[in-house]
Amino acid sequence: MTGAGAIAGGSKPRLPRGVRLKYDNARGEWLLLAPERILKADAIAVEILKRCDGRATVAEIAAELAALYSADRARVEADIEALLSQLAAKRMVDL
Amino acid sequence: MSETAAKLGPPAGILAELTHRCPLGCPYCSNPLKLEAREDELDTRAWQRVFTQGAAIGVLQVHLSGGEPAARPDLAQIVAHCAKKGLYTNLITSGIGLTQARVNELAEAGLDHVQLSIQDSEPASSDAIAGYAGAFARKEAAAEWVERAGLPLTVNAVIHRANISRASKMVELAVKLGARRVEVAHTQYYGWAMLNRAALMPSLEEAQAAIAEVEALKEKLSGVIVIDHVVPDYHASFPKPCMGGWAKSIINITPSGKALPCHAAEVIPDLVFWNVRDHALEDIWRNSPAFNAFRGVEWMREPCRSCPRKAIDFGGCRCQAFALTGNASEADPVCHLSPHHAKVAQIAQQTGVHPAPAYRYRTMKTREPVG
Repeated sequence: MTGAGAIAGGSKPRLPRGVRLKYDNARGEWLLLAPERILKADAIAVEILKRCDGRATVAEIAAELAALYSADRARVEADIEALLSQLAAKRMVDL
Repeated sequence: MSETAAKLGPPAGILAELTHRCPLGCPYCSNPLKLEAREDELDTRAWQRVFTQGAAIGVLQVHLSGGEPAARPDLAQIVAHCAKKGLYTNLITSGIGLTQARVNELAEAGLDHVQLSIQDSEPASSDAIAGYAGAFARKEAAAEWVERAGLPLTVNAVIHRANISRASKMVELAVKLGARRVEVAHTQYYGWAMLNRAALMPSLEEAQAAIAEVEALKEKLSGVIVIDHVVPDYHASFPKPCMGGWAKSIINITPSGKALPCHAAEVIPDLVFWNVRDHALEDIWRNSPAFNAFRGVEWMREPCRSCPRKAIDFGGCRCQAFALTGNASEADPVCHLSPHHAKVAQIAQQTGVHPAPAYRYRTMKTREPVG
């Protein structure tokens, strides 16, 4: 099992084909659509997942979000790792 | 409008049975015994209209199923239309009828995901279960084309007496075929599977051994493949939350356009199903008598009515309640609180009789009048 903290800062997360972040007008919320799965994405998850384009590294995403929200970078990095390791175990993100 | 209808959210998915035609004859097929004929199928434009209406009312995912959806020459056109409307498309296929060129065409049309069925991990047994020589090899080829096209793959394996000793081998095969996800589903007894129940149902010991093996693999293969495990409910104490609640998230549409709250719902007598040829999808979702028949909890009797689990499992499966008790408003008799639970236990005890009876293969021909 991939635990939190196991993701390298240099890893470039990407949503694979078959996993899509979508704002749903009918429900007024962000959703992550995946094979036979629909997950609700909260505001933090949306900001992280929007940046998972296979080019930005985890460290870069953390730095950007920490600056954007004037948040503690280590804390942001921990949030990112927790989300991505959870999704990676479901094969919903490529690291 | 009742309180339930007022609070009704949009449907999350459409299960579109594009056709009931299929080259395979799997004896546990989830289609109804009375299969719909080609000449009654909705045409391309009718399906496109349904998906346009679905997208407008909040449908998120479309499961293109059958029969074998690849039997429809307009499959890529339908996928492209769904993609244009922002719908997530999932192709549920046996692999037969696909070619590399067709898989590429579907990928280019915007297909999001492919679910491929396998019958067994051994070719000879696999072909015997499907009633189709060479099916196994064609499925292996289909999986490779899917992977080459860059499409994500789920493998679906239905477990029953003839393959239950190879449940973990089937998971290993799914990994080998490049799947990110595998559904290991013990047979549920409806339609063709009910007709073949004696030939399909494993013994309790076999079921328990297979369940333990697959559960162990979940942990071992975490991060490699996701295992979704549907365990046999005849051996359970609580019923499954069938469809996540009747008419709560899915609309099933048959090849001829009948809208059902679940694919087996037609076995329940006296339900009135509306057709997408006559009614808009939103009207069906809100007002179709069949959809409202068992929505919410108002229809429930005891032991469901006062049960603390009624919002967890919704009384189980209506079709199974009808099949085993003769009344679709009863608790699913899989529940240990059902006064009919002894019947389920009795059926589960009768399994494992040797030799297994021959399959009655799924076929359109024997059930349709000639001419």
